[in-house]
Amino acid sequence: MLPYFFYNYININMMKFLKLKPSVGLLSIPYSLIFIFFFFIPLILTLIISFWDYNEYSIIPDFIFENYSYIFKDCLNFEKDMCVTFKTYLSTFIFCFITWFFTLIIGFFVAYFLAFYVNSITWQIVLFLLCTIPFWTSNVIRMISWIPLLGRNGLVNDFLLSTGLADAPQEWLLYSGFSIVLAFVHLYTLFMIVPIFNSMMRIDKSIIEAAYDNGANGLQILWNVIIPLCKPGIVIGSIFVITVVMGDFITIGIMGGQQIPSIGKIIYVEMSYLQLPAAAANAVILLALTLLIIWTMTKMIDIRKEL
Amino acid sequence: MLNKKNKTYYICVFFFCLFVLFLYGPTFTIVLLSFQGPDGGLTFPLNGVSTYWFKELWRGGSVVDIGSAFKRSIILGIIVMVLTVLLSVSAGLAFRKKFWGSDTLFFATVASLIVPSIVLSLGVALQFRLLDDFTKWLGSTFDINYINEFFQTTLGMFTSGLGAQLTWTLPFGLLIMFAVFNRFDKSYEEAARDLGATPWKTFKEVVFPLIAPSIIGIALFGFTLSYDELARSSQVMGAGNTLPLELKGLTTTVTTPVIYALGTVTTFVSFSVIGISIACYIWLKRKKG
Repeated sequence: MLPYFFYNYININMMKFLKLKPSVGLLSIPYSLIFIFFFFIPLILTLIISFWDYNEYSIIPDFIFENYSYIFKDCLNFEKDMCVTFKTYLSTFIFCFITWFFTLIIGFFVAYFLAFYVNSITWQIVLFLLCTIPFWTSNVIRMISWIPLLGRNGLVNDFLLSTGLADAPQEWLLYSGFSIVLAFVHLYTLFMIVPIFNSMMRIDKSIIEAAYDNGANGLQILWNVIIPLCKPGIVIGSIFVITVVMGDFITIGIMGGQQIPSIGKIIYVEMSYLQLPAAAANAVILLALTLLIIWTMTKMIDIRKEL
Repeated sequence: MLNKKNKTYYICVFFFCLFVLFLYGPTFTIVLLSFQGPDGGLTFPLNGVSTYWFKELWRGGSVVDIGSAFKRSIILGIIVMVLTVLLSVSAGLAFRKKFWGSDTLFFATVASLIVPSIVLSLGVALQFRLLDDFTKWLGSTFDINYINEFFQTTLGMFTSGLGAQLTWTLPFGLLIMFAVFNRFDKSYEEAARDLGATPWKTFKEVVFPLIAPSIIGIALFGFTLSYDELARSSQVMGAGNTLPLELKGLTTTVTTPVIYALGTVTTFVSFSVIGISIACYIWLKRKKG
């Protein structure tokens, strides 16, 4: 009895195995290959090389922790000032938070308008495209296009001077924290609009009508019905905005006049000095932190249900 | 239902208009400033009206070789576009059924969108550096003349650069395919199969015409995202820079409206591509309907 059972068991599995005939799943192979060669292997190599040694011209296979300990040098000495690494992360977190706040508020209300106040589907598409088109144009151009507005002789300063609101050109408008946040909001509010709009379009209109019939006012509907149902969209949008700001070095570089530090910038500079293992160690920490943030946020929703 | 045409409605309309102004206003100002006269500066007021800065840009004066960077970006954009369409449509077809590794691949797709670009760029650069070292080692160990004499680097626009950009464009392509197949009516396909069509014929005659408008969308994402890509490309382009990389360098060195003229030109290219795509999309939809 028992041998027969085993025979049968093996036989069934053999058949399952042999059933791997050409199937439609094989069509995913080219796509998978790109992700193996340009996503998985590079990230694994980054992790490995973060433990390597290096000199001026080459990287040397090794297993050392110096690249990491260098990053946190002086960080546990609380009598001195905060170490450079913590300062940089703190400044990046502040940019993340402010950008997240503004993109969320603006993105939510733009999506709200599109989903609930625009009646015809054609207009919905047209207005949605109007918000999306800038995403398909150059980010650098969109950043430098703030210069004529915010510069020392820019339109905003002209306005402030001519109306007497300020008696000297305001320097904080450009190449400052302000202009960085402004550029982030300008570039990435779309990342909030799309998922929140998607969530809103899935809300059954009869739920809102039911709330209305039961005497809820607009604000109550917004707070008790629409926002809870939009939570998945809000979380997805937040993940996009926060991760993009966390790893940024271009916007902070250009809009900060190359004066304001960021983690991405540290990695970029280390790479240009060919300190590749040091850059890799920074990249690993950045990636780990980013994943931690995403993991915490996805605890709030089931991301798979949203696609 | 939400009351139409009440006070909140007008506040929302006003807010939306402000947002659109915020999105497009700055770009409009640099377009305006790029048409200044020869004495123009980086800010208002406009000093005359001319196409002087475009001629300056065309002449290549004071600016690095913009023409060839432009050409490189267009070529790379087209290659990325074609590959994005081919790979994400075929992967999209595969994803209609569960297959071995489909969960991992889906995870990689989403992860690729949110992994910091600089980390990915660094990883790809490291990979190609090791590949270079390995190739050189092969050359010296086995005395391969060709490698010892001519080999310089595997890093380049159409190797590492292409791959790094695909990790950014492919996820958009696949997610569009998901959206398409989630709303796809399978009965057409089944009818074709019942009538004896082969899988290839079913795809060609039935599925493809139905998803063609969305493929235009994927192509649009593929081209424009590659054409403007900067962060992932920053470490992996090798010797020849793409237009956005040159542009980033110019932001710190150029102090004339020539940079606005360049901005106007690239924005014009992007808008043309978007316009053509939307026109194609509408045309295909009409043809089908």
